Amino acid sequence: MWEYILDRREQIAVQAFQHASLVVQCVAVGALIAVVIAMLVYRSKAGTSAANGLSAIGLTIPSFALLGVLLVPFGFGIAPAFIAVTFYATLPILRNAVVGLTEVDQSLVESARGMGMSRIRTLLQVEIPLAWPVILAGIRTSTQMVMGIAAIAAYVLGPGLGSFIFTGLSRLGGANALYSTLVGTFAVVVVAVIVDVLLVLVGRLTTSRGIRV
Amino acid sequence: MSETITRSDQHSSDDDSRDGRDGRKVSGVKIVLKGVTKRYSDKGTAAVDSVDLEIPAGETVMFVGPSGCGKTTLLKMLNRLIEPSGGKIFLGDEDVTNQDPDELRRRIGYVIQAGGLFPHMTVGTNIGMVPKMLKWDKQRIAERTDELLDLVGLDPAQYRDRYPRELSGGQQQRVGVARALAADPPVLLMDEPFGAVDPITRQRLQDELIRIQEELGKTIVFVTHDIDEAVKLGDKIVIFDVGARIAQYDTPEAILADPADDYVADFIGAGATLKALSLKRVHQVDLLHPLMVEAGSDPSTVVAEADAAGQKYVIVVDERDRPISWPSVRELERSGRVPSTVDENLPVVGRSATLNDALDTMLVASQGGVIVTGRQGAVVGTLLVETVMAEIQGVRTREIG
Repeated sequence: MWEYILDRREQIAVQAFQHASLVVQCVAVGALIAVVIAMLVYRSKAGTSAANGLSAIGLTIPSFALLGVLLVPFGFGIAPAFIAVTFYATLPILRNAVVGLTEVDQSLVESARGMGMSRIRTLLQVEIPLAWPVILAGIRTSTQMVMGIAAIAAYVLGPGLGSFIFTGLSRLGGANALYSTLVGTFAVVVVAVIVDVLLVLVGRLTTSRGIRV
Repeated sequence: MSETITRSDQHSSDDDSRDGRDGRKVSGVKIVLKGVTKRYSDKGTAAVDSVDLEIPAGETVMFVGPSGCGKTTLLKMLNRLIEPSGGKIFLGDEDVTNQDPDELRRRIGYVIQAGGLFPHMTVGTNIGMVPKMLKWDKQRIAERTDELLDLVGLDPAQYRDRYPRELSGGQQQRVGVARALAADPPVLLMDEPFGAVDPITRQRLQDELIRIQEELGKTIVFVTHDIDEAVKLGDKIVIFDVGARIAQYDTPEAILADPADDYVADFIGAGATLKALSLKRVHQVDLLHPLMVEAGSDPSTVVAEADAAGQKYVIVVDERDRPISWPSVRELERSGRVPSTVDENLPVVGRSATLNDALDTMLVASQGGVIVTGRQGAVVGTLLVETVMAEIQGVRTREIG
């Protein structure tokens, strides 16, 4: 096993980086989409429940099935992998962003409006910063979840550590097949832990000291 | 009752914003409401039904009434947090009914319960919010922030960079007032600002507000459900009935002495004699001026001095004349030292406190008197329970006679 890893350390490192890169980019795009949708819907009851319904139902779609469907228009490659991973990344963040924004103390919003802050300024300077810890928690959940989904995305020839897992699984019984699968899986876990630690750090740096718990 | 000259006057030299005591400074503008109405649905009864009201420049007008009477709705229509369904609102001579609400609000200070401070911003950033929107430069904002913290009695160096959660409720409320005053608006709207703090803190905040208003002369509209607060703070009081119908609009003295109808009489309640104590400020009655000694003075000299002056008590103060303790001369003689630790139970009121507050403070502390302090907490004298009693006696005599 050790030899197997040493022999392929460069390939593992490259794929691990690709994996992390795919996840980080998808989560970043997902977070942006989620926050924008949340900003549009959080003030209406119907919009809020629609968004919550969307994230609940969306998460029940099997990732394998979604990848399969995306193959039809996009073919094999990075595009379907990116779209699928972004889709799943968006959902937990959307749910948290809606909750975070609706839970902002309304007296603070009134206070902001009362001192002459416009709707949009209130949102950007008061509501989003106050909802940020909750949104960030959603980002962490989402990142952990799509680490696994990104591995499955290797099925459509997306980048990342999934290729180790799938190569191994398809040749199960053959030489090094088990090692390949194990290395892929283990590496995903390691990447996940590292990214999570980085996110905690980002959280420390981006959350005001006044609302840090 | 003649006005006693108090030691706080020594401080007026380092405060250039204050005019003479007689010519009250006015920096506010008048507010005029004409037929202001709020209807939430076309058919329903109006929450605020065609209110006409004129609030004079530089005065504090209290909106009082039971909950649901529309007083808060009326207040929020002044800065258009609630859009009126009808009527006109003038600020000074300017019709602001159709002005851009955001711009209007930057000219009107707004204070809500617990201050409404943004928890993710420092005290300084909170206060600098409106000036920043008005595009003041950084230097000017920083200077203004420090000036305001000083005005509300918080040391700028100590509090500027703190977050709201590191402040007590009373301190947060002070910052809330400072923030509302940041861009020096002519009008201040206060929506039950002191409702969430304990009675002692509330009394202090009220005293501070009176002092600040004496310095600034803003037009203040203040919503409260507490008639005692209204009597204490208001130059005028509006008592509202349902639909924001104005039941009476007059000075506290006139309302207490001559309620317009049964509704008002019921609302102000019984015990008008004691309420009258809320009309009289501590600085309006004769204060005593006991010997003040600095902590760490030689006790035998102090005792000799006090005996010579015929004083039974002395006030021990720190280097800035703030009270530390209030021992009797005999106590000093016995213990042989001048105490330097702060007595936490010392009964203290501000010079703008009412006699009612002073009596309250005496009862809470089980003392026969209170120490009266002025700006920066410096001692200006003492008030004894006998003086308060004499005032009550006076009111009673006038009532019966």
